Amino acid sequence: MATPADAVVEVRDLVKRFGPLEAVRGISFDVAHGEAFGFIGPNGAGKSTTISILCTLLRPTSGTARVAGFDVVRDPLAVRRRIGLVFQDPTLDEYLTAEENLRFHARLYGVPRRQLARRLDEVLDMVELGDRRHHLVRTFSGGMKRRLEIARGLMHSPQVLFLDEPTIGLDPQTRSHIWSSIDELRAREQVTMFLTTHSMEEAERCDRVAIIDHGELVATGTPEALKETVGQDRIELHVDDPREALAELRARYGIAASRHDGEVAFQVARADEFAPRLLAELRTPTRAIHIARPTLDDVFMAYTGRTIRDAEASSAERRHSGTIARAWRGRR
Amino acid sequence: MSATAAPPVARAAPPARGALADELVAIGVVWHRELLRFGRNRLRMVTSLVQPLLFLFVLGSGLSSMLPSSGGVDFRTFMFPGIIAMSVLFTSLFSALSIVWDREFGFLREMLVAPVHRGAIVLGKCAGGATIATIQGSVILLLAGAVHVPYAPELLLALLGFMVVTAVALTALGLLLASRMQQIESFMAVMNFVTLPMFFLAGAIFPPRGLPEWLSVLTKLDPLTYAVDPMRREVFAHVEASPALERTLSAGVRWGSWTVPIGVELAIVAAVGALSLVLAIKAFARAE
Repeated sequence: MATPADAVVEVRDLVKRFGPLEAVRGISFDVAHGEAFGFIGPNGAGKSTTISILCTLLRPTSGTARVAGFDVVRDPLAVRRRIGLVFQDPTLDEYLTAEENLRFHARLYGVPRRQLARRLDEVLDMVELGDRRHHLVRTFSGGMKRRLEIARGLMHSPQVLFLDEPTIGLDPQTRSHIWSSIDELRAREQVTMFLTTHSMEEAERCDRVAIIDHGELVATGTPEALKETVGQDRIELHVDDPREALAELRARYGIAASRHDGEVAFQVARADEFAPRLLAELRTPTRAIHIARPTLDDVFMAYTGRTIRDAEASSAERRHSGTIARAWRGRR
Repeated sequence: MSATAAPPVARAAPPARGALADELVAIGVVWHRELLRFGRNRLRMVTSLVQPLLFLFVLGSGLSSMLPSSGGVDFRTFMFPGIIAMSVLFTSLFSALSIVWDREFGFLREMLVAPVHRGAIVLGKCAGGATIATIQGSVILLLAGAVHVPYAPELLLALLGFMVVTAVALTALGLLLASRMQQIESFMAVMNFVTLPMFFLAGAIFPPRGLPEWLSVLTKLDPLTYAVDPMRREVFAHVEASPALERTLSAGVRWGSWTVPIGVELAIVAAVGALSLVLAIKAFARAE
């Protein structure tokens, strides 16, 4: 996947201990330029600790991490200048207007004054808040605030945008609006996105995902590749003559299908590609076809032995508010 | 860092300013935000003036009617420097509340993750709070004529200078107290515990010389004492008062038999401020 030459995030043997607790246990991975990289895992798995280290908010116990070419321990300010951050908890000044929040950020990050006005228009346009730029942030809805934070994270044209649970606590409609903003900015800015999530739907939108559990990376790859590792797709055919279908499948494709009443079921690697061919070639009349694909939930299950919901429920003290904030404040 | 390939799209070059210029800009930005927020909160502007005005015109008028006519000097003239100090004290420490507020509402994180040193954030906060406190003190200063303090330019300038030093020192002290506070409620509790004793012990509304020995030790430990006294001495230098009266009302702070000079008093206030600032910066720098 990512070779060191085009990696914008390089993590090697990263360990973080809080006293006796080993939150991150020697993980290594790369993220390539322009990629959307999803970090999935239940709360307490170590994803927020990792993201905090990458953002220079926590120091690793051992191991190295480089972001945009700079070491997070040796050059924290250089790293900070090149990354954008969107936290789970709002970090806007509600008594300032949207534009004032963005200007504050731009000056703090050293955006040249000449570029400021144009950049303001660009980012506000991207998240569709141009018409609200002079409104106080306290009048904004939760979704608007999140979008404004995304816009702010982009003000200084970072190389990597870190998003910690970007749509947590938002309703489905707002979620999809946030995601269209994210897609829009990916298309326009080709910025690398590093996001944490425990929503599998969100993970599906990433180019690559890494599954982290108990501080260890248990799997890394594209959502497709990961799903292929856990099992093949399942195709069910509803046919008039199951016996004939079974015979034909065996003769033509060498597939040993099983029969359940009027259904014939079998497993195949890429059902989405195989099904059209199958329907075109199959002589046996087919009334219906049903394709079941493994989900990322199945992947998580296969690698960790439990569903992400169970993992969530069993993780002690699951206060999902501000995991970065906690790591940052607590620093025990 | 040539290890990374060029990003696929043109990006704003990372800022090429010097490190110091970056920090100065950061101080300015944080300062500007404090003023923006203050300017937007008219209610706060008005309510924070009510208390000093009540002390000066209600308490002051009441007390002066009780006292025997004191050689032609209005008691409120005596109180005036104390009330300016009070206004600066309350506004400065209250301004420091904004950092606790920022922490509770998350905005502090936006500042702490920025590519600038934490010290710049604290200095910006201090500059903002001190500016606001000086503005509030100046409003009281404008009322000088109402309590028979002349509008002599050199007097006003001297008082303004003392106010700036006091405001910076007290805001720094407030930031130090705020550096460890996670909640607004606990900050408020600590503030009450700090502001009122500081205010009463500083001799802001009565001559501290009349206090019993053990209390006068405390007044000498109160940094606000060294902010009120120079202002009062400056005021008494510009009003007609008999030497006997001036000895009673504005005799200066004494360590043993030594009357502490104004310059030393201001140096004490400045030192308290500088120490608080250093400790506050350290406290915020630790909060990685």
